[in-house]
Amino acid sequence: MSKHTFSIGGVHPHDSKISRDCAIQQLPLPPKVYLALSQHIGAPAKPVVEVGDKVLAGQVIAEPGGFVSAFIHSPVSGTVKSIGPQKDLAGNPSMCIEIETEGDEWAPGIDLSDTLITEIPADNKAIIEKIRLAGVVGLGGATFPTHVKLSPPPGSKCERVIINGCECEPYLTSDFRVLLEKGEQVVVGSAILQQVMGNVPVTIAIEENKPEAISHIREVIGKLPYKNIEVMPMKMRYPQGSEKQLIDAVMHRQVGSGALPISVGAVVQNVGTAMAVYDAVQKNKPLVDNIVSITGECLPRQANFQIRVGTPFRFIIDQVGGIPADAAKIISGGPMMGKAVANLDASTLKGTSALLFLTEKQTRRAPESNCIRCGKCADACPMGLEPFLLVRLAKAGEMEELEKNAVQDCIECGCCLFSCPARIPLLDHIRLAKGAVLGAIRARAAAAKAAAEAKK
Amino acid sequence: MTSTIIWTIAVVTVLGALLALVLFFIAKKFMVREDPRIDLVEKAMPGANCGGCGFAGCRAFAESAVKAGNLDSHFCPVGGNDTMAKVAEILGIEVKAQAPRVAVLRCNGSCGVRPVVNDYDGAASCKVKAQLYAGDTACAFGCLGCGDCVQACAFGALSMDAETGLPVVDEAKCTACGACAKACPKGLFELRPKGPRGMREFVSCMNKDKGPAAKKACANACIGCGICVKTCTHDAITLDANIAYIDPAKCKLCRECEAMCPTGAIHGVNFPKPLDKDAVKARIKERNAKKEDSHE
Repeated sequence: MSKHTFSIGGVHPHDSKISRDCAIQQLPLPPKVYLALSQHIGAPAKPVVEVGDKVLAGQVIAEPGGFVSAFIHSPVSGTVKSIGPQKDLAGNPSMCIEIETEGDEWAPGIDLSDTLITEIPADNKAIIEKIRLAGVVGLGGATFPTHVKLSPPPGSKCERVIINGCECEPYLTSDFRVLLEKGEQVVVGSAILQQVMGNVPVTIAIEENKPEAISHIREVIGKLPYKNIEVMPMKMRYPQGSEKQLIDAVMHRQVGSGALPISVGAVVQNVGTAMAVYDAVQKNKPLVDNIVSITGECLPRQANFQIRVGTPFRFIIDQVGGIPADAAKIISGGPMMGKAVANLDASTLKGTSALLFLTEKQTRRAPESNCIRCGKCADACPMGLEPFLLVRLAKAGEMEELEKNAVQDCIECGCCLFSCPARIPLLDHIRLAKGAVLGAIRARAAAAKAAAEAKK
Repeated sequence: MTSTIIWTIAVVTVLGALLALVLFFIAKKFMVREDPRIDLVEKAMPGANCGGCGFAGCRAFAESAVKAGNLDSHFCPVGGNDTMAKVAEILGIEVKAQAPRVAVLRCNGSCGVRPVVNDYDGAASCKVKAQLYAGDTACAFGCLGCGDCVQACAFGALSMDAETGLPVVDEAKCTACGACAKACPKGLFELRPKGPRGMREFVSCMNKDKGPAAKKACANACIGCGICVKTCTHDAITLDANIAYIDPAKCKLCRECEAMCPTGAIHGVNFPKPLDKDAVKARIKERNAKKEDSHE
């Protein structure tokens, strides 16, 4: 049994990977797709098409709205029907481009064949530019634009690339299926990232509950001509797949408060991202589809679908036979960090990893009772915070104290909530306080910058 | 025995006198010169420290007012014009009386008219709920009903009405400090002038969706149809982002918009008589007919 894991906190939810044996299937094209302009971290993209325009699959329909932003491509060929607010999965309006599907005709220059291209272009700048133009974002959940992560600030040096195949969230199996079925592409993608970051060692971290994936990737690495790529089996523990926790587990280095992983010499990319990098660099294929697990005990059949970005949830659900009668809650993502879907007319984003159906019994929150100061939340917190204290401070609105107690370091993994015997919605309050404190920190930084410029 | 007691008393007395002397000189030397009017202004304030004026408390308000020397950007909503007159007197300046204001709730999506479309079992806090999603009804703009405003009110002027699921403002207690407006994550409270004898007319909805979507989410929603804008003869109503807004400075309280509103989103309060919609509609019809005649 592997001993590799992060040093503090964490919980052990049952892994419930019931869709693990379902091979990836292509989902039919939906009649309409809705592409949100803000489906990555950073500035929303700016549309470059107009209503009535004919677009091809893989054609750029929106360009980055800032440095930290990403291109968006049409996932189908068809006509742009509207550009305007649509309700997102939370029911809040979000700007979307609506495209009516007419076919699956791809833009020229995109290689759709299955041939594996193992030879990596030599020019790193060209590679990063290709990744940028393909709109690749981190598919582990945070959807941070990948080209930004691959361009570290001057003075910082990458020492190891970690490919994140932990998939520590219960139920999710999309990364597992990618490792098993597209292992070659993931390894070539990893090799591309390795070259871009300066031929540093690469670690592909996979949790021990996926032994098939571990042996398969080891086999693939043996067959391909790359050096310094290794598989590291990880001890099962949530939230291992979180960037900072994974760096701790693999490199035994801690990323400081407010610092980036590159400050300790690490770059972490998800396996899905590695595959998207392969597609972008070797095949010129932009990020227009991703693997989504459709899972839950109440569903008659589980599935892992390759889904075009922007497919409405309702269309996906119809493909698996509609909503089961006993399903009480649908979650986009895993049960720990996913978001409840309040609006089934919303569409998938680049970062959508699963649609999870839970029953009333599985999801109903027990009534909240008083904190008994047992400290389980503090034991479970992988960031070493004290959730019980943060919640009290948050309720009292003590912003300075919250900042002193590092509420801004919360990674919103939900371990505190999971471990609380009093069923206090700890994370709900902490997330709110975190947002407020981060806002205050940013405002302070902006004011300091403005003052410095005024002095000049 | 007695000598010990006497000695103790003597030593403590002398020590006390000496230290008092030291403290006296230190206080003189390091005295912070402060405008005495700050204390006077602070005393004239209500002392609720509610922050309704935009300052951290009554003391901060007093310091800023004395420093500025005028009351242009200072107004205590709690104390109102009486307090401001007193403050102006202390500062030896004049101040214009402001119309008293009151908080109004711009949502009338009560339980009966706004169907619940999903079930929320999270923390009972509007802020938490708003951060998670748009709300348990199809209206993404309406009241979430967890009562953050009630908790925020320092004057006990707000309470939740169990029947409608909406907060109710007690006008007698409301000081228009604006704490509820800050607490509401949907921004549903507006501070409006109280109006003559408390009479005022306002659009009690903030739904920015297009008409059909708004109507589907809530039967009482403003659907942005613009009938009120056409009806108003005082140019008091504007339509922006599918929401009508009545400018309190221009509204003449004729209640014609209220009678014509197809969804009942426009509310008139504290009027002595209930609105006779048919009579008002007949009056508008007659006037329009006359207008057309004169055109011909």
